[in-house]
Amino acid sequence: MRAKQRGFLNSAWDFFCSLKLTIFSLIALAVTSIIGTVIQQNLSRQEYLRVFSEKTYRTLDQLQFFDMYHSWWFIGLLVLFCINLICCSIKRFPRVWRMVHNPMLVPSEQVLKTFSNVDEQLVAGEIKGLTQRMQGFLGNQFSAPQVTEQDGSVYLYAEKSKYARFGVYITHLSILIIFLGAIIGNVYGFKGFVNIPEGGETNKIWLRNSQASLPLDFTLRCEDFSVSFYGNSQRPKEYRSVLTVIDQGQTMIDHRPTIVNDPLSYKGLTFYQSSYGAAGDEVVSIKVKLRGEDKVDAFSLQRGQMVDLPNGDRLRLADFTPTFRNFGPAARIDVLPHSGEARAVTVFKNFPDFDNERGGAYIFTMINFDQRYYTGLQVTKDPGVWVVWLGCALMVIGCLVAFFMSHRRLWVVLSGQDGKVGVRLVGSAHRNQPAFELYFDELKNKFREELSDS
Amino acid sequence: MNSGQLFNLVTIGYFSAMVLFIGYLATRSSVIATLATVLAYLGFAIQTVAIGLRWYETYQVPGGAGYAPLSNLYESVVFFSWTILLIYLLIDLKYKQRSVGAFVLPFAFLAMTWAQLRLDSTISPLVPALQSNWLTYHVITCFLGYAAFAVACGVSIMYLIKIGKENKSSDAPAGGLVGIMPSAKILDDLNYKAIMIGFPLLSLGIITGAAWANYAWGTYWSWDPKETWSLIVWFIYAAFLHARITRGWAGRKAAILSIVGFAATIFCYLGVNLLLAGLHSYGA
Ligand code: HEM
Repeated sequence: MRAKQRGFLNSAWDFFCSLKLTIFSLIALAVTSIIGTVIQQNLSRQEYLRVFSEKTYRTLDQLQFFDMYHSWWFIGLLVLFCINLICCSIKRFPRVWRMVHNPMLVPSEQVLKTFSNVDEQLVAGEIKGLTQRMQGFLGNQFSAPQVTEQDGSVYLYAEKSKYARFGVYITHLSILIIFLGAIIGNVYGFKGFVNIPEGGETNKIWLRNSQASLPLDFTLRCEDFSVSFYGNSQRPKEYRSVLTVIDQGQTMIDHRPTIVNDPLSYKGLTFYQSSYGAAGDEVVSIKVKLRGEDKVDAFSLQRGQMVDLPNGDRLRLADFTPTFRNFGPAARIDVLPHSGEARAVTVFKNFPDFDNERGGAYIFTMINFDQRYYTGLQVTKDPGVWVVWLGCALMVIGCLVAFFMSHRRLWVVLSGQDGKVGVRLVGSAHRNQPAFELYFDELKNKFREELSDS
Repeated sequence: MNSGQLFNLVTIGYFSAMVLFIGYLATRSSVIATLATVLAYLGFAIQTVAIGLRWYETYQVPGGAGYAPLSNLYESVVFFSWTILLIYLLIDLKYKQRSVGAFVLPFAFLAMTWAQLRLDSTISPLVPALQSNWLTYHVITCFLGYAAFAVACGVSIMYLIKIGKENKSSDAPAGGLVGIMPSAKILDDLNYKAIMIGFPLLSLGIITGAAWANYAWGTYWSWDPKETWSLIVWFIYAAFLHARITRGWAGRKAAILSIVGFAATIFCYLGVNLLLAGLHSYGA
């Protein structure tokens, strides 16, 4: 029973350590991730029913395909992936640690035979003198060796970039760190939004996923919002909110322009320019001149608003549009004389003489109009984001180390053979063998030269 | 001379280089191989100038504030073909395996042809969402990664042809088309080398994209289809890297993973925009 249990534990451990599981989970993650890119995520029931039948909808919903990146099975795959990563590292890391910190100073004959980069010379001389020569040689050509004497033989060991062996582990650790950052963000952070009309202020925001509001311990004011376009085209050039932060009566940030790609941060919260819209009606300024007189009156009106003219007639802004066909901003004005019938007049901002040419008793011109906007700001707090960036940096560094650096080791073994000295040069690299072979061939020539002029 | 005319010249250059490389496979003439390589270099040089010229042109259009020409589908496809040549020429400098050109130049040529014939090359100034240096970093890293994967895909196709032929005629040394190709071992190594370059670049591409999204919208990851597909591509190449060191998965299966990876890359780049909905704006 005991043995059986241990047998089971061992095979479970082997299962979680295996690279085949890694390949399986990577491919499984890749394949399942496709689902969420084909089926739009997190729509409402009605929207899905427009595409799927009731029955299909229910099946897909049960499988959590409509929010699949948060489904139990997708999260499960990610957890499996992490367990695999952790187990595999636990299994292999100690060996690598040992290899880096306790190098094989005196490799056995058996181990030496496993390396394919070898050269051996038989030279006359003394081991002691030759050891010094070889020490100098390795020091000059590669790196200073450690010297060990054992059973009459002398072993020189030199290495380079031993920490390259950790590259893979840094990469793997970085993935766990990124997950950690994401979890921190999910637990301690939030996403929300807030709309503020120009000139208005707020001290609460709305949370994205819960319809609830969240009070701020400061006040955010929108001083101004504007949108600009390239030339006369409809292509937007800039959305700009001018924001002020007031904290306990003090202005902490004053009139800070906030545009897309340049958010405003305060007290761990970040405000992003994300949308805008009209807040209430436009205010239209109209000039009124009585034909033949010099006096001009000016009025600012909103849609439906009525004003009295000095002579007792009245006028009303019946309608306004910022774009009337291709003619630009246009307003319809009703003139209501104190006696007689009402008349409608249309004025265009871009054609100031239009009404004059009509030849009526009044001459109307539109001077300008002003649209009040609200700005829509995305608000987030994510204390995990720096952990994520740390993980990302480690990932890139780890990949570069893992791919482009190699732990290279050289041994020189001197042993007496029939009155002469056998000098063996052995080399090994933990990756990029072809490049190391080239290097070793060159080194071999220098090695022979060095020994030949003794 | 405007950039569009220069790009036409580039397309012709890549076409000729491609034909010559294929001719090299058929004739084994080293003169033809050298000529093909020279044309590839020439095309690359002209393309570099042309991209610079287009950059200059973005300042010349009315109301244009100027931008690095990486902002719409046309510009990105042109840049993609430039990066394919860049990675290919780097590998050519190091390994001098001329037959690889016949399997890589077609990608660059197809990209240029498509861009010149079918895509809208109008220079239009950037909308607010794209006005960020992150755009430049993001696009450059992604496309360098994609290009490395294109080279790896070409090499993997060669690998499969090579081992397919070798298995059939087991002892006689393969002649003709296959004989001139590098050995399966070298191809496998080249495939790995290319992905070794591509993988960190793709990782950086995803990271700069996440950094940009975080800067512009406040979320570094939102599972939008483009993001998800780039992650899918990343998973596939991670599987490739581990497949190579796993017994039973090295060689053929690794080569197939590399080809699948490039297919996914192309889908991530084009398919997502043309077929799926999302935040990324190249498709429009
Ligand atoms: C379940 C998760 C994973 C496990 C169990 C795992 C395991 C391993 C193992 C055992 C190695 C070989 C180490 C050695 O040569 O001594 C390795 C290499 C590597 N892994 Fe992973 N890995 C996982 C996920 C990932 C992921 C997601 C990445 C993506 C960045 C990655 C990147 C690498 C790299 C770059 C190498 C070096 C490959 C090479 O030498 O060609 N690993 N992994």
